[in-house]
Amino acid sequence: MRLTFHIWRQPNTGAPGKMERYESANMNPDMSMLEALDVLNEELMGKGTEPVVFEHDCREGICGSCGFMINGVAHGPQSKTTVCQLTLRHFKDGEELYLEPWRANSFPVLKDLMVDRSAFDRIIAAGGYVSVPAGSPQDANALLIPKTEADRAMDAAACIGCGACVAACPNASASLFTGAKISHLGLLPQGQPERNERALRMVRQMNGEGFGQCGNIGECEAVCPKGITLENIARMNADFLKASVCERPKSGAAEDAA
Amino acid sequence: MELTQKNMSTSAVGIAGAPNLRFWNTTNGKKAIMAVTGVILAGFLVGHLLGNLQIFLGRDAFNRYAENLHNLPALVWGTRVVLLLAVGLHIWSTVQLADRKSSARPVAYQKYTPQTSTYASRTMYMSGPIVAAFIVYHLMHFTFGTGGTEYHYYDPYGNVVAGFKVLPIALAYVVAMGLLSMHLRHGLWSFFQSLGLNHPAYTPKLKGAAAVIAVLIFLGFASIPVAVLLGAVKQDIF
Ligand code: HEM
Ligand code: FES
Repeated sequence: MRLTFHIWRQPNTGAPGKMERYESANMNPDMSMLEALDVLNEELMGKGTEPVVFEHDCREGICGSCGFMINGVAHGPQSKTTVCQLTLRHFKDGEELYLEPWRANSFPVLKDLMVDRSAFDRIIAAGGYVSVPAGSPQDANALLIPKTEADRAMDAAACIGCGACVAACPNASASLFTGAKISHLGLLPQGQPERNERALRMVRQMNGEGFGQCGNIGECEAVCPKGITLENIARMNADFLKASVCERPKSGAAEDAA
Repeated sequence: MELTQKNMSTSAVGIAGAPNLRFWNTTNGKKAIMAVTGVILAGFLVGHLLGNLQIFLGRDAFNRYAENLHNLPALVWGTRVVLLLAVGLHIWSTVQLADRKSSARPVAYQKYTPQTSTYASRTMYMSGPIVAAFIVYHLMHFTFGTGGTEYHYYDPYGNVVAGFKVLPIALAYVVAMGLLSMHLRHGLWSFFQSLGLNHPAYTPKLKGAAAVIAVLIFLGFASIPVAVLLGAVKQDIF
């Protein structure tokens, strides 16, 4: 199988980048997109050209490391599929593929197709946790959780933080990611004590990182490899609105600790 | 010891605490303002449309309606103040969010293929400002009488007929109403989403209802210039 690639090449964050054209006849419909890039890189190194840098780890669709645009679609044409799980059988022999990195001010390109997503880590660090006493374990089933709530929390927790939502959004908004993280904890009893504080901190951090506004456009939902829905963004908006209304001035011990 | 992010975090990313943005300084807060002000404007549109459609009842009925309105200064001025505030906040948020939107993605994609989004949703930042320009002309046209067509403050019916007999003006109104309709198609259900309401059973119905209302508002408003052009509403006995 033969494919033509147009790939964004950029040596580092500050440097200008451009699309380069490469052809390979050694493609196989059973390969994943990342394996295709491995083969292409072998060929490039054989010719003394620098290999294309892309991020990956598990290659089984669960870690969230991989991801780039294929012909203008985050993670390519197959829905609910990361590029590491996307096989070449979804493309035609001789097809031209345009590969670009996620583009957002808050995701600076590190090199070629690899971007810096530590803005996501900072959003998580701002409030994507529950503070639990790490003592002896509780009795099983001491906390009752309705099945529907457990399922919704689980669906939200499926987010792997790949960044496709930001990449696909015309405003480069991180709302689907942040909404998923806020909902995943906020739907469970363990998440209730910090629910307001979490919404305030994570939304503020998301805004501080420079991501764009949510326009309820829905491109994020369409490309999400884990099927996270816009409902999570509404939940974030509701939690943030309520937490903003209820927020109290810090006083006493809280002020001393801060 | 109070559990704070500083003494709890085991993360290696080291943030100095989230920025302490007030509600209005977040994009989420600005979208909530847009949602509330947008729905106020949409509510006015419904009332305005019902009033305007009385033009089909003839010159006397329409001019009497206009006169009755002007005999209720509290209603007229109350509405004007609320609308001015709503429009002002809606446009102010637009300006700030448009700035955020352009800085959030400084380098554009060489290829970008939308998957499921509507054209209406992707063009809110174009339909809105064009509607704003339309509103300015519309006020000059029928409120201040400086739109370039014949105008007598005592004869709103005649002003409308004179205004829409000019083909380019009538067409411009129809186009503006088309853009307004697109704006509402996305805006009316967005209102719920932006304020935090989304439900798998109801949100699809809200989207459907928004589309139906948007089309009805378009047909209602556009019917007036079209009726004048076709001669169904004309300068009869005066
Ligand atoms: C009769 C006039 C108008 C009505 C009824 C209206 C209504 C609405 C509604 C209901 C929304 C949805 C808010 C949300 O996303 O939750 C909206 C969004 C929006 N409006 Fe308007 N609007 C009007 C005029 C304007 C004008 C004059 C402008 C700009 C100058 C404008 C710009 C926008 C923009 C940019 C959005 C999208 C915001 C976003 O999603 O990021 N609108 N409008
Ligand atoms: S490499 Fe882990 S999700 Fe693709």
